[in-house]
Amino acid sequence: MDSSSFLMQFAQQLINGVSLGSIYALIALGYTMVYGTIKLINFAHGDVYMVGAYIGFFATTVLGLGFLPALLLAMVGAGILGMFIERAAYRPLRNAPKIAVLITAIGVSLFLEYGSMLLVTPQPRTFPAVLSSTPIHIGGLIINSQQVLILGVSLFLMVVLTYVVNYTKLGKAMRAVSFDTDTARLMGIDVDKVISYTFAVGSALAAAAGVLVGVYYNSIDPLMGIMPGLKAFVAAVLGGIGVIPGAMLGGVLMGVIEALVSGFISSTFRDAAAFGILIIILLFKPAGLLGKNIREKV
Amino acid sequence: MLLVENINVYYGAIHALKGVSVEVKEGEIVTLIGANGAGKSTTLRTISGMLKPKTGKILFEGQDIAGMAAQNIVKLGLSQVPEGRRIFANMSVLENLELGAYIRNDSKEIKEDLEKIFKRFPRLAERKTQMAGTLSGGEQQMLAMGRAMMSRPRILLLDEPSMGLAPLLVKEIFSIIQDINATGTTILLVEQNAHMALSIAHKAYVLETGRISLSGTAKELAASEEVRKAYLGA
Repeated sequence: MDSSSFLMQFAQQLINGVSLGSIYALIALGYTMVYGTIKLINFAHGDVYMVGAYIGFFATTVLGLGFLPALLLAMVGAGILGMFIERAAYRPLRNAPKIAVLITAIGVSLFLEYGSMLLVTPQPRTFPAVLSSTPIHIGGLIINSQQVLILGVSLFLMVVLTYVVNYTKLGKAMRAVSFDTDTARLMGIDVDKVISYTFAVGSALAAAAGVLVGVYYNSIDPLMGIMPGLKAFVAAVLGGIGVIPGAMLGGVLMGVIEALVSGFISSTFRDAAAFGILIIILLFKPAGLLGKNIREKV
Repeated sequence: MLLVENINVYYGAIHALKGVSVEVKEGEIVTLIGANGAGKSTTLRTISGMLKPKTGKILFEGQDIAGMAAQNIVKLGLSQVPEGRRIFANMSVLENLELGAYIRNDSKEIKEDLEKIFKRFPRLAERKTQMAGTLSGGEQQMLAMGRAMMSRPRILLLDEPSMGLAPLLVKEIFSIIQDINATGTTILLVEQNAHMALSIAHKAYVLETGRISLSGTAKELAASEEVRKAYLGA
């Protein structure tokens, strides 16, 4: 491989990686937001992403909706599911030991996976081609129009989220609860409500990722959430769990590493490389790339 | 205005408050003094809804608020400055103050109140956009007080405002407390620094291992032999 074709190949894999990574980022945001507020690794989060994909699937096939309405419906549906999971499974355990909640999360995950199998059969479904896939040539690079869509939608959602978290009353309440729940209560913040909204927002983002993946890979199944869920979790830890920009950075980084490894080495090493890099980064920066430990003055 | 009647509070098996009663009348500064672990903070935390009393009543303007959720008590006009300030260190000074006004929706008046706070605490105005965690201890105490004032409380509960501050700053903080009281906010103050607390309070209670051992006007207590020996180092 000469140097110019190497560069081309590199740029191509970078494009693939960023679009895959933005999917991871969307899922990672839910992990990190929920961890930020109640210090729980919500292992059912990857399955909410799967449910989102299925809502999108049925919205397009059964209801005959277009891409955007289907995306919106999936986000709303998953948001409600997220709130329901929190209310039914996690809230009763608010003062229980962490391990009890963690095991419950695994239980919810299995419930969603096998409940879905029962409901929609374990057979993979072919996601309808709601959007045409036209390759766009730029120089020697090929960008699929669906990649542009994935990037556009994820970027838009992340901008909206950043705005909500930084500038709205709800966002400030979320950050307050995440930093110090007791003091947030003294401000008059209804902590349970904020936690509920946090689940709704995180789940809606995961559902958007689910629909985007459905559109991109055309195939969805009830266990599709396991691996992306795990990787998004790793991405969240990589960026610094509890830190929102960290989840975005971690997700994109994860996608890029995967794409580069599958492009230049072998796709069988893809996952090993991703998790290997996690180990290396955590060795040197245990709080994650953007994680920081603010020292408080007393 | 605030009447705590015979409350019993437990931490698991530990009986932390044993029949504590406190009365705060409108316009007063009432202080609760006592040694470390006597139950001062527990009393405040129970009043503000962070802890639930097992028995007893807490009447705020005639309404029993014992066991009510903390976020609803704030809405009634009772605000607490917690021990150790507990500011939101990763947010700006302005955001901290805005969170203090969380229960309010009158954005115009919130702005006016912000200006008042910045007038009272010029150092906070200078550091408006700075992360609250970078403030000095005294500034953080001012921020915590300003934040609590942003909810427009009728009564302000202060938990150890002098903690960890240099003597000069303590004086400043206490004169601000008097100032806040003079502009119409009733105050319930918990302090280990009995000398300072008694110097600004109208009424005082001494808490000893979960029980009120003495009470009276601040002057009476400051003059009493027991208090002088145990808390004033005289």
